[in-house]
Amino acid sequence: MVWKKHDYDDIPGTYVFDGERAHSSYALNKLFYSFNNVECRDEFNAAPAAYCDKFGLNEKQKKLVVEQQFLNILRAGTNIYYMAKFCIPRGVSVQDAGAAFQGISGDEFKAKLLKKRENLEQRLEREGGYWNG
Amino acid sequence: MAKIIGGVTTSHIPAVGNAISDGLTQEHYWKRFFDGYQPVKDWLADKKPDVIIIVYNDHGLNFFLDKVPTFAIGCADEYQNADEGWGLKPTSPFAGDAEFSWHLAESLINQEFDMCTCQEMLVDHGFVNPMRVLFGDHEIWPIKTVPLVVNTVQHPLPSAERCYKLGQALKTAIESYPENLNVVIAGTGGMSHQLQGERAGIIDVDYDLATMESIINDPSWFYKQSNAEIIEKAGTEGIETIMWLVMRGALGGKVNCQHKHYHAPISNTGAGVLLLTGEED
Ligand SMILES: [Fe+2]
Repeated sequence: MVWKKHDYDDIPGTYVFDGERAHSSYALNKLFYSFNNVECRDEFNAAPAAYCDKFGLNEKQKKLVVEQQFLNILRAGTNIYYMAKFCIPRGVSVQDAGAAFQGISGDEFKAKLLKKRENLEQRLEREGGYWNG
Repeated sequence: MAKIIGGVTTSHIPAVGNAISDGLTQEHYWKRFFDGYQPVKDWLADKKPDVIIIVYNDHGLNFFLDKVPTFAIGCADEYQNADEGWGLKPTSPFAGDAEFSWHLAESLINQEFDMCTCQEMLVDHGFVNPMRVLFGDHEIWPIKTVPLVVNTVQHPLPSAERCYKLGQALKTAIESYPENLNVVIAGTGGMSHQLQGERAGIIDVDYDLATMESIINDPSWFYKQSNAEIIEKAGTEGIETIMWLVMRGALGGKVNCQHKHYHAPISNTGAGVLLLTGEED
């Protein structure tokens, strides 16, 4: 048994959520999916470790969730959209998660993004036909 | 007969809905992004289409990863929004058109697009935010809806070209419906962004603008790319932009671009807005 290689595997700094990751992180994603339901969120908050057991997390996964190690949860293959159901209510945005991968703060990450705004109007002017305010 | 009177593209990220809910649309960060929708809103208010087909991906509200349909279509008279895990107040429900949806599903399946048909479907931010940004908030929404879900979350995904061909089949499906309905199609999601990995935070303005030009004038430039090629340029979540091709395929050959708007960044993404109509408009 072998996980087939894909042409996207070689894109640097990029982890495509495919069967291989979905398979290994299934219990984690399932636990986070349950957080759509407020009763489940309350049940988790009351007894995190027991809640992890209920979803069949292994010891390593359980430790990551109980300790809220968001970056390592993502490194464990968890899908970002499911992770968002865990981290956003705890004050950690997806931008903070992205920043953590680069070892910078959320504010530094946002500042890097804002660089894209510089000279945007001029760029669109050159391109032609764009609404420009 | 039903006819397609136009196609739009829009972002659907959660931050857009939050900005509307928090009354931030005229704040400096958001103003240019939201102002650029006004011509599309005016056009919709003027044309008053009967139905909008929203092409989007579910992010873990209606579908979990236990069952992931590649293409799914809502076939109900009503669709509910719900809590996605962060406790936001759901919007009021959206009216569907079950007869029209079932016709579309049947026609698409006859054309070898084997849709998953859904008689209950919770619609998440991927559907709700395009509705809010295009129509404003309503207790009773001014248009009927058809949710059309594409898997852009768990690979393998359909190819960009497959999305384009789904659009072509959707055109045939719409135009063979006997009722006189005016239909608009929204391709949502994108543009370039990547939420996780060391490469998180990429926004490729040049690639986004090239994609927008391609959607208008030469869709093959975009749909000839493999998903790996698109991810390399647009990011793991930027792959959502392939859903625009469903809209574009449904519009047919040449189109008129009535409005073109691009902004970056909104949250982590580049955001593109298009209003396209048939060549004769
Ligand atoms: Fe999305």
